[in-house]
Amino acid sequence: MMPSKSAGAPDEREPITWMELMISYVLRGGVLVSAAVILCGIALVAVTRDTGYAPIQPHHLPDILAFHPTAGPGYFPAAPAAVLRAAWVGKPYAIIGLGMLLLIATPVVRVALSVAFFLAQRDWLYTGITVFVLAVLLVSLIVGVG
Amino acid sequence: MEPVTFSVVLFGASVVAGALGALLGLGGGVIIVPVLTLMAGLNIHYAIGASIVSVIATSSGAAATYVRDRITNLRLGMFLEIATTTGAVTGALVAGWLPGRALAVVFGLVLMYAAWTMFRSRQEDVPTGVVGSPLATRLRLHGTFYDPSLHRQVDYQITGVPEGFGMMWLAGLISGLLGIGSGVFKVIAMDIMMRAPLKVSTTTSNFMIGVTAAASAGIYFLRGDIHPFIAAPVALGILLGTVAGTHLLLHLRGAAIRKVFLVVLIVVALQMIWRGIQGTIR
Repeated sequence: MMPSKSAGAPDEREPITWMELMISYVLRGGVLVSAAVILCGIALVAVTRDTGYAPIQPHHLPDILAFHPTAGPGYFPAAPAAVLRAAWVGKPYAIIGLGMLLLIATPVVRVALSVAFFLAQRDWLYTGITVFVLAVLLVSLIVGVG
Repeated sequence: MEPVTFSVVLFGASVVAGALGALLGLGGGVIIVPVLTLMAGLNIHYAIGASIVSVIATSSGAAATYVRDRITNLRLGMFLEIATTTGAVTGALVAGWLPGRALAVVFGLVLMYAAWTMFRSRQEDVPTGVVGSPLATRLRLHGTFYDPSLHRQVDYQITGVPEGFGMMWLAGLISGLLGIGSGVFKVIAMDIMMRAPLKVSTTTSNFMIGVTAAASAGIYFLRGDIHPFIAAPVALGILLGTVAGTHLLLHLRGAAIRKVFLVVLIVVALQMIWRGIQGTIR
């Protein structure tokens, strides 16, 4: 369907337009969805005056900003499973956390998508390049170096 | 300070950071981290967590526009992501063994030298007389884009692939090692070494920094460094700011962006040297 030959020829840019459009949509979609989720979380905190966890009072602020709270004021969940569970029951801080996870996932989805595009174009060089990048990305996410 | 006041100030700073980051191809940590640390006794972990969030938000928010407007060089970005991701992993692996503080000072000085190179080309909108290298041709890295500020299509050729690739690996290493400054090094690699037009360098850097940051964002999230109270106003402010930044990039001339970049470059260099001396590195 979309041959990719003759390096640098003007007609060679045609297939990449489709890819550019889809990548742009994925990035915009990821950004809009995560922003909407984060905004929901903030709105809930503003309306209900409740974070779903211990509330933040003015005199707590220096403490919260100075170290990691494991309980009490400023506590929030960090394990993805816990975030999902708490977001499901509507805890505002967990909803914000979910928005953050969606934001972090956006570039990863973009790389995965570009693998599919180069594969569809039978562009083996760039399929290899993007597969390599995706692999490094996934390994570092899983192994936890970074 | 009232929590609400704190959030509003942070949101405002993030809008500025997002606009500047989208224009210059940086993550916005340059602005976010000092603002956060100036606010009474902020833990450096939260500052870096917020910085990582700001990088991803700037990258995705701005790149959505730049890719659609066809300024970003996708092949160039994806090819160089090999260097940045492996560099970032290397940086994380050797973080315990290398003297991070001394390296911050060294890289700060490298940036000062880059600033000097940028200063000499400060009047340049688009590089002229660049002959593309055979390797760049093989990788199909040459490109073209429409520059609204010049009212014309700009065709450009890429050269210096090994040097640029090496610099990109260093950019990844630095971000993995120090958690800062990767956007600046990426722009420098493409602008100074590979001779891409500045708008292509900053937009392609924008495209790439999200991937470099995402690799480490997961671990920061699990560690609990991404605090909702701090990260939420940052993410929303940045996303709003990128809308303004992307408009600015289209309508400013390359030479004008170059001058703004030069100023920020010097600030980042000084920040890096300062943080190296102070020891507020990761």
